[in-house]
Amino acid sequence: MSALEEHLESFGEDVTVTVCPDGPLLLRGPAQLRSADGHTVDHDRTVVALCRCGRSRLKPLCDGSHRLSKFRDPATAEQLDHVLTNATPYRPEGSEGS
Amino acid sequence: MTVIDDPVRTDPVPTDPARPGFPAAAHVPAPTPIAVVPTDPMRADGPAPLPAPRGPVSAALLTAVQRDPSRSLDLRHLGWDGEPADAATDDDLQLALWLSYELHYRGLAGVDERWEWHPELLWARARWEDQLVAGLRLAVPTDDVAEPGTDSAAHLVADPVAQVVDGLTALAEADGEPSLSKFLMRRASREQFAEFLVHRSLYHLKEADPHSWAIPRLSGAVKGAMITIQADEYGGGVPAAMHAQLFRALLADWRLDSTYGHHLERVPGVTLLASNLISFFGLHRRWRGALVGHLAAFEMSSSVPNARYARGHRRLGGGEQAARFFDEHVVADAVHEQIALHDLAAGLARSEPALAGDVLFGARCAAYADTLFAEHLLGRWGAGLSSLRDEPGVTA
Repeated sequence: MSALEEHLESFGEDVTVTVCPDGPLLLRGPAQLRSADGHTVDHDRTVVALCRCGRSRLKPLCDGSHRLSKFRDPATAEQLDHVLTNATPYRPEGSEGS
Repeated sequence: MTVIDDPVRTDPVPTDPARPGFPAAAHVPAPTPIAVVPTDPMRADGPAPLPAPRGPVSAALLTAVQRDPSRSLDLRHLGWDGEPADAATDDDLQLALWLSYELHYRGLAGVDERWEWHPELLWARARWEDQLVAGLRLAVPTDDVAEPGTDSAAHLVADPVAQVVDGLTALAEADGEPSLSKFLMRRASREQFAEFLVHRSLYHLKEADPHSWAIPRLSGAVKGAMITIQADEYGGGVPAAMHAQLFRALLADWRLDSTYGHHLERVPGVTLLASNLISFFGLHRRWRGALVGHLAAFEMSSSVPNARYARGHRRLGGGEQAARFFDEHVVADAVHEQIALHDLAAGLARSEPALAGDVLFGARCAAYADTLFAEHLLGRWGAGLSSLRDEPGVTA
């Protein structure tokens, strides 16, 4: 493999999921979308927004409804790290909790 | 979900006139009967037709561009002397701006292309733009941001990135009354929905083009975000999937002429403002922050209204294939909204903190133009009137 090919190979192959504050999950990269029974659904969208607020009329896709329902989840790095590590609700300092 | 191979988009003209409730040509405000509808996605646009003047400035401009641009010409008399508060909606000023900007897009029918960079015309246009900006500054709050574009802006704001994210989010969550989209969804008549499409044709037949001026002015991750959005707008390079082409199919479905610039004569200054604003920001590197902010505001206020437009379109008997224009915007802009906010606008504030104020200014200008447009349509319709201009008897 040439240096150029290696360089190009390093781009675009990673699948990432970005947890958007108060919004959807952004799925980027060559991820397969599957139903639970294993069927793969073809699509050619480079980025897919998956509903996180539960209010979309186009589930599992996002349709912007989170804004109308005032969905709130800051999804900070601290929060992601906390829940992944501790499996307990994240309560940043100064918050009342719930 | 497949976009590129969708046969719907390669043959977007509906052929079934028997659809119940579909508007006949006589019931929609198309200025001319539609004999030939140029919806072939491979077809190139022609230049925009020349309209009738709407006042002294557009009259003088339309006369000037008939002349030989290589000859010396003093256009300093082409100043607009209205009040800044009226600049955003003045028919004469907005038409003059639209025509002078259109020289950079598809051109004007019968006008020498060298007028695009004619120094006297650019001098006159710069004065019109001064008036436009003065009007926008009167209408759009800037008290929470430093003077746009100045070096001091970065030092006055503790966290420009947070300021941009919070400001854009607050703008998107503000209740955008009056709600044109709710009216179109629930109550608009077929004639009113067709009028809405006629207004929007001035922008959507060149959808995404004005924001594309940002591309050569950005770099790195911010440029990457811009390209991700624009690639969708241009259908990933497939002509039939370009949003402008989806809109052309929508116009055809409503039996409206989809020739580029065809409806210019019928739309008022407030409609031209929507396009002029982006062209103004886009054609000046100095306003790249506002251009980015404008696009972010656009994308963040698109999914929900487009879902409503789609329901209105279907309620009024619009075709399924044509509804693709709205449906696609719901899904695509739900993605674009996040990219435009976090990668594009916040990204620009991160790399060029001094532009944070401009980003918010551009976004608020977009919301302002949107509100003026909604007020015009709902106001005219509420009074039982058409929102379009009467057809002039004589065109230039």
